[in-house]
Amino acid sequence: MAIKADIFGLVGKRLGLGLVTLFVVSLVIFAAVEALPGNFAQEILGQGATPEAVAAIEKELGLDQPAVTRYFSWLGNAVQGDFGTSFGNKRPVAEQLEGRFANTLFLALVAAAIAVPLSLTIGILAALYRNTLFDRVANVSTLTSISSPEFFVAYVLVLFLSVQTGWFPTLSNVYDNMNFFDRIYATMLPALTLTLVVTAHMMRMTRAAIINLLASPYIEMARLKGLSPARIIVVHALPNALAPIINVIALNLAYLITGVVVVEVVFVYPGVGQLFVDSVRLRDIPVVQACCLIFAAAYILLNLTADILSILSNPRLRHPK
Amino acid sequence: MMFLMWVAIVIAGCIAAAWIFREALRKTMPEIIAKPMRQAPLTAAFGILVILIYVVLAIGADIFAPYGEAQVFEKSLLLPGDDPRFLLGTDQIGRDITSRLIYGARNTVGIAFVTTVLAFVIGASLGFLAATVGGWLEQLLSRIVDVLMSIPSLIFALLLMTIASAWASRLGVSLTIFMVLIIAVLDSTRVYRLARAVGLNIVVMDYIEAAKLRGEGLGYLIFKEILPNATAPLLAEFGLRFCFVFLTIAALSFLGLGIQPPLADWGSMVSELAQFISFATFAPIAASLPLMAAGAIALLTVAVNFVVDWMLHRSSGLKE
Repeated sequence: MAIKADIFGLVGKRLGLGLVTLFVVSLVIFAAVEALPGNFAQEILGQGATPEAVAAIEKELGLDQPAVTRYFSWLGNAVQGDFGTSFGNKRPVAEQLEGRFANTLFLALVAAAIAVPLSLTIGILAALYRNTLFDRVANVSTLTSISSPEFFVAYVLVLFLSVQTGWFPTLSNVYDNMNFFDRIYATMLPALTLTLVVTAHMMRMTRAAIINLLASPYIEMARLKGLSPARIIVVHALPNALAPIINVIALNLAYLITGVVVVEVVFVYPGVGQLFVDSVRLRDIPVVQACCLIFAAAYILLNLTADILSILSNPRLRHPK
Repeated sequence: MMFLMWVAIVIAGCIAAAWIFREALRKTMPEIIAKPMRQAPLTAAFGILVILIYVVLAIGADIFAPYGEAQVFEKSLLLPGDDPRFLLGTDQIGRDITSRLIYGARNTVGIAFVTTVLAFVIGASLGFLAATVGGWLEQLLSRIVDVLMSIPSLIFALLLMTIASAWASRLGVSLTIFMVLIIAVLDSTRVYRLARAVGLNIVVMDYIEAAKLRGEGLGYLIFKEILPNATAPLLAEFGLRFCFVFLTIAALSFLGLGIQPPLADWGSMVSELAQFISFATFAPIAASLPLMAAGAIALLTVAVNFVVDWMLHRSSGLKE
């Protein structure tokens, strides 16, 4: 009973910490915009800003309020899904984000659905056959793909899978009301790029986690009992390696969030990342803020999930002595 | 099939070059270099060879490049082989691509190197300071670092670059300088964590206590007592951080928000030359141009990673 309470306490603490982090991050994102030279209103009006027009816009956007008031109303609105109006096309930011967010999520999920099983399998195999040729090749090729920038992987895939063979489209033309398989087909190249970038890291960590465990006495015992290597790894080592592996998976999904920005630009995939980069170029502050908040929140949530899952999956915490 | 054959030839070439390089080092170099090379795996030898080539290219860019990096010629968008004067052709505004690739070694690698050094200066001094002074200063710095690290660094860099670009156009300072500062600060958080952790283990040593009793100042403690004892872990980290900074800068430049023209830089070259990729059927060399720039980035990071991997392996005494 006491241990149950312990787990709840730990999980509750992490959740609280996550909330605090999210709050502070929103503060940072808001504060960053305060660091802009000049002011918002002048930025919108450009060259032909008369003092009256500036004052009118400031009033309209609530810029005549003190920063603290503005922060809380911005945060309050953002929590309810209202991110203000874009400077560029004067449309509500939320409206632009809606479809794109779903697209980005879809891309990340497809990438994860390929990458996670693939990297776990290769990682376990590499641990099982360590120091063989298979392990060496896996090691060198994963190190190479970790080191490559996303756009390198992306263009290599475009050159061979799209331009030369014509198997996949060069640009991901994703639109509303597309049927599921067409959508997967259009998303394949960006998803494969992300998979290649992420798999390497996950595979190496899985391998390291399992090899670490293989040195422990209870594995030695299992080996002395004459169990097969596959059984030792899957039944004995894997449950204890679960916590680090879950951690690695979540960290890499969080990494996908950063990778998605570059990959979306390469394939002109209509997701949040592309909108983000375009808005940074146009200095469209409300959109930049909203995208930043979404990415940061997703990142924090994934890390939080990793923490909580690794607490929950720890056999020592679940089965107290 | 042709492709697989080329891959095999390239890999065989790399292995051969690495082997010859390692043998040459073993035979000709003084014992201090030859000895570690005897145990070095081929990957590490390959890494060292590649890094050396990059350094030579970066330093001697003026000698190796046929033209200046921003020199514009009248013929733009020449394909490779169209004109013997321009080996790899020219880009949209008529600059020689060969020269720009070579100058890219200086600009891209140089800027990434400066940024990493800056990140280490900031991160290590603050980390050691936090470890030595402790108390509220350590708490404050660590919490700031926690917040900075809770936003993915590319995302945070993009947010800050938005603000920086507004300031850059107002102050008339190049955006590249802002980028170096922003990335250095964001990356120094990782260095801070390591430096603080290493520093905390060192400050409890007797010789630090002795130095404190002698009445040495904070600067002496940090730079004369802690730093020399923390160089080994910091050096290994330097290689990894360099790769990370290098890739971040390349990504930003690729997005058009990093190193600014007229500086030749591999990241922005990739996005400028990307259109060539659709020429693959009739001009295969032109199609591989964006891949050359991107591959130059990838090759260096791979090389550094190989060397770091080997160094970590050696220092940890892992003999698996």
